[in-house]
Amino acid sequence: MMKEELETTNRPDNTAFTQQRLPAWQPMLSAGIVIPGFVLIGLAFIGIGVALFITSQNITVLEKDYTGVETTSDCYKCSNPSDKNCTCKLEFSLSNLFEGPVFFYYGLSNYFQSQRSYGASKDEYQLSGDLDYFKTPISACSPYQYDANQNPIVPCGSLANSMFNDTFKLYQIVNGTKKLVPFDGKGIAWWTDYNIKYRNPSVTPLKNAFNGTVKPSFWSKPAYELDTSDPSNNGFVNQDFLVWMRRAALPDFRKLYRRITEGDYARGLPAGNYSLEIAYNYPVLSFGGRKKVVFSNVSWMGGKNQFLGIAYLVVGSLCVVMSMVMLIVYAKFKFPEDD
Amino acid sequence: MGSLLSRLGLECGGKAVKEEERHLRANDRELNLSYKYSDNAIKTSKYNIFTFLPLNLFEQFQRLANAYFLFLLCLQSIPEVSSLPWYTTVVPLVLVLSMTMAKDGSDDMNRHRCDKQVNNRQVEVLVEGELQSEKWMDVQVGDIVKLENNQFVTADLLLLSSSEPLNLVYIETAELDGETNLKVKQALTVTGKLEDSVEKLANFNGEVHCEPPNNRLDKFTGTLTLKGETYSLDNERILLRGCTLRNTQWCFGLVVFGGPDTKLMQNCGRTTFKRTSIDRLMNVLVLSIFGFLMIMCLFLAIGNGIWEYQEGSKFAAFLPKGVNAPFSAFLTFWSYVIILNTVVPISLYVSVEIIRLGNSFYINWDRKMYYPKNDTPAEARTTTLNEELGQIKYIFSDKTGTLTQNVMTFNKCSINGKAYGELLDFSGQRVEINEKTEKVDFSWNNLADPKFCFHDNSLVEVVRDGNPEVQAFFRLLALCHTVMPEEKKEGELYYQAQSPDEGALVTAARNFGFVFRSRTPESITVVEMGELVTYELLAVLDFNNVRKRMSVIVRSPEGKLTLYCKGADTIIFERLNPSCSNLTEVTTLHLNEFAGEGLRTLALAYKDIDPEYMEDWKLRHHVANTAMDEREEKLDALYEEIEKGLLLLGSTAVEDKLQDGVPQTIEQLSKADIKIWVLTGDKQETAENIGYSCNMLREEMNEVFIVSANTAEEVRKELQTARRKMTPDGTEEPTVKKSRSGLFCLQKTETVADEPVNGEYAMVINGHSLAFALEKDMEIELLRTACMCQTVICCRVTPLQKAQVVELVKKYKQAVTLAIGDGANDVSMIKAAHIGVGISGQEGMQAVLSSDYSFAQFRYLQRLLLVHGRWSYLRMCKFLRYFFYKNFTFTFVHFWYGFFCGFSAQTVFDEWFITLFNLVYTALPVLSLSLFDQDVNDWWSFQYPQLYTPGQLNQYFSKRAFVYTVLHSGYSSLVLFFIPWAAMYDTVRDDGKEIVDYQSFALLAQTCLLIAVSIQLGLDTHYWTAMNQFFLWGSLSVYFAVIFTMYSNGMFLTLTSSFPFIGTARNSLNQPNVWLTMLLTTVLCVLPVVAYRFLRILLWPTINDKVRYKVRQDKVLPATPRRVQARRTSTRRSGYAFSHAQGYGDLVTSGKFLRRTPKSRPALFSQTDSPLAQTQPQFYRTISEREEPPLSP
Repeated sequence: MMKEELETTNRPDNTAFTQQRLPAWQPMLSAGIVIPGFVLIGLAFIGIGVALFITSQNITVLEKDYTGVETTSDCYKCSNPSDKNCTCKLEFSLSNLFEGPVFFYYGLSNYFQSQRSYGASKDEYQLSGDLDYFKTPISACSPYQYDANQNPIVPCGSLANSMFNDTFKLYQIVNGTKKLVPFDGKGIAWWTDYNIKYRNPSVTPLKNAFNGTVKPSFWSKPAYELDTSDPSNNGFVNQDFLVWMRRAALPDFRKLYRRITEGDYARGLPAGNYSLEIAYNYPVLSFGGRKKVVFSNVSWMGGKNQFLGIAYLVVGSLCVVMSMVMLIVYAKFKFPEDD
Repeated sequence: MGSLLSRLGLECGGKAVKEEERHLRANDRELNLSYKYSDNAIKTSKYNIFTFLPLNLFEQFQRLANAYFLFLLCLQSIPEVSSLPWYTTVVPLVLVLSMTMAKDGSDDMNRHRCDKQVNNRQVEVLVEGELQSEKWMDVQVGDIVKLENNQFVTADLLLLSSSEPLNLVYIETAELDGETNLKVKQALTVTGKLEDSVEKLANFNGEVHCEPPNNRLDKFTGTLTLKGETYSLDNERILLRGCTLRNTQWCFGLVVFGGPDTKLMQNCGRTTFKRTSIDRLMNVLVLSIFGFLMIMCLFLAIGNGIWEYQEGSKFAAFLPKGVNAPFSAFLTFWSYVIILNTVVPISLYVSVEIIRLGNSFYINWDRKMYYPKNDTPAEARTTTLNEELGQIKYIFSDKTGTLTQNVMTFNKCSINGKAYGELLDFSGQRVEINEKTEKVDFSWNNLADPKFCFHDNSLVEVVRDGNPEVQAFFRLLALCHTVMPEEKKEGELYYQAQSPDEGALVTAARNFGFVFRSRTPESITVVEMGELVTYELLAVLDFNNVRKRMSVIVRSPEGKLTLYCKGADTIIFERLNPSCSNLTEVTTLHLNEFAGEGLRTLALAYKDIDPEYMEDWKLRHHVANTAMDEREEKLDALYEEIEKGLLLLGSTAVEDKLQDGVPQTIEQLSKADIKIWVLTGDKQETAENIGYSCNMLREEMNEVFIVSANTAEEVRKELQTARRKMTPDGTEEPTVKKSRSGLFCLQKTETVADEPVNGEYAMVINGHSLAFALEKDMEIELLRTACMCQTVICCRVTPLQKAQVVELVKKYKQAVTLAIGDGANDVSMIKAAHIGVGISGQEGMQAVLSSDYSFAQFRYLQRLLLVHGRWSYLRMCKFLRYFFYKNFTFTFVHFWYGFFCGFSAQTVFDEWFITLFNLVYTALPVLSLSLFDQDVNDWWSFQYPQLYTPGQLNQYFSKRAFVYTVLHSGYSSLVLFFIPWAAMYDTVRDDGKEIVDYQSFALLAQTCLLIAVSIQLGLDTHYWTAMNQFFLWGSLSVYFAVIFTMYSNGMFLTLTSSFPFIGTARNSLNQPNVWLTMLLTTVLCVLPVVAYRFLRILLWPTINDKVRYKVRQDKVLPATPRRVQARRTSTRRSGYAFSHAQGYGDLVTSGKFLRRTPKSRPALFSQTDSPLAQTQPQFYRTISEREEPPLSP
């Protein structure tokens, strides 16, 4: 017995793993699975597609370009960049109720927030309220790191510097008088951006934290004066600033400006004539950009996007067609039984 | 450079000036040390503690891939260029470097240990007039060392004296040249006189002048000056390090070369690493990927230039830096080199190594390749060649010890017209003999060999009854041979036979009561049925290849003179007395029957000799034997004269036992379209015989061509005739396809196309013809003819020819070759072939040591190839296809995004995702695919050996497959970028907030990618073990766990700048349209593949598909039908049972070798299992008894 044990010391272990006999599921692309699978997926996709398409159809979107390229546009007069503090008007009328809640966006085209060095040109530490970085912003912010006098720029970097600064006021024309549509500017940024990512330095008054720093060169007022009326919407936690700082992935993008949820407009914008007053500050014509405003409501699947619904419909139909093709091929070339 | 450095390390403190001539004086350390010759310490290790890190890093960065990543790292440190943070490269690079470093470190530790062990071996050295035991490494040039039997030679020594007569020593040079036969070296007589007198040796002050260290093993020139006289020294006086002293009690030698200067070490070239064809293909692919990468980067850089010119410059107000377009394009180029580097991920190389290692372990672990009889598991000695095992096209096999067990058993005999050995039942039917069959009881004979087994009791009865013919038959077997007996204990006999068949015959005689007990040059002592009889041995008429017989002439105690002769039947029958004609007929019938069973036969005959005639003959024999010229011819004529008028006794049939399962294995392998060539040192008859018994040669073959011509022209003619017979309407000129391959197409390759043949043919070619056929101008002719044959057997080939044949096929067939052998003579072929396999568990380890895989039995080869090789190849190809798919898809998405970010080298994905994608998220699932996947299990692999053929044709992974993969990933990347793009365009969250911001888009794109490639992996997986499931779903869950962690508040607050994606996962992944987008991309990526594969299986099913379908059909494995080996009825006469070429007759009769009693004599032919020992003429120099005349100075 002992001898036998000695003799087989090198015998490999008999386990399923070492002998490559692990129990396994060996699926195969058989007709019984593939063809019904395609049919089922196809039908499911058509179903989803229909739902998506109808949902998307029910979303109302009103888009108005106000760059002022056409001479007929009221904003044409403002398109000259040397013209400061220009205001222009955009008038439109709604024949039906624009169902609420209505979201008011500004949109930019051909605007490369996705450009790498543009996107990287900001200082996360500074924006999270770290006072050390107020004095020495990181070099990625360059050339918006220091001004000509070597004063640190706060907030530094091109992303902050280029903050969108057109402002809008919407009036409903009721019987010839302008009735201001109240805008809700709270909670338009991500909760995490507002509560965690961006923090003002814990210095009161906020202004003191900015001692020895200068505002970004394009800005008309320093960060601590973005919203003097509401300390919780001032400085780095200003909602407009937060929305801007969440840079867009694509060169055509829209950003939430205000929500229309209050007062008479809680149910939406009633039919009628409206006038949008635009403080036209932001130059885009130099690089062939476009500016627009968008009124839109949303659904469970977000904003209006026809693509997803159509894509689902197309893919679903293709699946069904494909299953037919496969069925025919299968019927003709059944798998050879023997060999 | 690396090798240079290590060489410098190796020869640190060595001589700066090249040595012109070596000069040394025995016993004069002072003088010898002044020359600064290296001492006997060797160093094969590469590093020490201090040099390890720098040297190893230096070596590692010589690898293209590592250097490339270092370069990337440098690029990333330039802020203008850096498009990715440093950790994306550093993390994988450090991982790879440290893994390799750990492996190199442990390898070097082993070498250190090995060196230490060798350097610390003890040897007796003469120091200051006394013999002292010293370590090898302390031995200096000029020292005198004493070696004892079976010791390794310490250094290159000048032999001074030995214990043996005539100052001879016997050495075995297996470690040096692979030859296991003993060689003789002889000391100069003048030094031989020193004998073992320490005093004389200590006073010996000879001076040696000789050649500087070199690597020629067969040459040595030098002189010894002693007392004013000069003696010339040649290779015969030199014992080389690496040899082993055999059959010599002691000898003294003077150290001439030590340590690194020895010829052994000078011959230690760097071992060439074998690379698989996948490796080579991968190198080519990686290089073309580099090219492709550069083109992509260039395209994007140009795009960036244009963008900068058209848009960027106008956009300047918002951009951080206004730079001019060309410079920006230049920077962007490098930025994209960094981003797109994932097409050649560093983890590819690591993964490939891991997969190969894993698959090697499976080989080591396989119980079905474990041989319990000598407790030998299979071993993958090289872990980098696995997938090549699935592509073998040609197998070159040794015969002895590989196909056969090298065990001869006395199986049957025919004595005086009656055949014995067959077992019949009561009805006269043959009974199949197997292990359980009852054996003949030999207990009546206390000298019997217990291992001998025989099944026919009637023979024992006859011999015990005292039948004179049967007794004469066994007496002949006991007398007529050149076996050396060894009796360590009373009654415990060991035979040292030159060839195992001789041993088998003498053992048979021993068991049947005719025990060969001892021999002296003049006598043979035999115990005949318990009675001690001593015969006077008058002459041994030795065996050689032409005579094909051997005879002895003995005088019995009664004074009767008898000649006993055994030999090939045809030869014996020619020399029979006409009175035997009846017996001859019957015996011929028996012989045919034996031959039909593949047994090796010998005919036995005897003749009584007239004493007067004998006297006369002996005189003439003496004259002939001492003749100066034409000695051989004269002897042959004399032998011919006396071996006439013989009386036939009968014949023997010896079985050259095949290893278990050899015919079945060969049949399986040939079904897998693998061609098997047998390259053996054995003679033609034996080789043919084995060819038949293992079914390589078959009776039903159209023709077996035998090429055995003696001139180049005849060989060419025979080859051409054979070829024309096989393809009567084939072209005369070979179709040679010339192409270029390898990196930069630097290698020129010529491929001789396969030619179709009708019918089955085989070719047997002997070594002599092979030598001509392997000449430059005939090699293609040989190759063409040989490749048309089903079976090729080359016999009497030298080790070098074996390698040449392998090289020939490698060169012109561009096919993967495997060589399998067990002996030292197979080493060259094992090294030459793509894959070398050694048969382990036997005495000689030479073949195993130089092999890539080793196991104990030939039959395991089918498992190695058809199961392990096939799976390894399948897995590796699946892995590569998938890996390239995954990474190209990953990279192409960046390419498409270039159009939407101003070609600014902005990554689509989160930087952490880029870092972890290959290392964490996809590493384990793809590894589990390539470690566990199998298309069908091993049982079905054996059922359908045809499953092996796709590997030979490179069907699973080739340049073509690679291009398909790239196109596939192009499609997938389009889906994976543009579907999210379109689905997210201008849309918002369900609360109106942003969703198309960069971070959300990155998250969406990367999640789509990961899900799509994971599902694709699932599609590629045929064998879903729990591990596969666990790793695949586990990795996806880990991904989600990781993103939620990385995008959490906590991570942001601790490392603000590294985790800027805070909140993205929470904000994005609660949106239904995000998930719907993921579903859509996944389905769009996967379903076309499913549809394509489904249709392909239906329309163009591969052999794999068919077998897998069949496996599904019958889940229950049918029992294998028992294969019954058909008995051949053949008129073909099998080879006679002498597997050696030249007998030991001289040796046996020369008194010199038997001066001492055979009892105390250590084994003379200790390694008779080596085919070389049997087939190569044992060449012993004529030993001059004259004293060497001193050279005139």
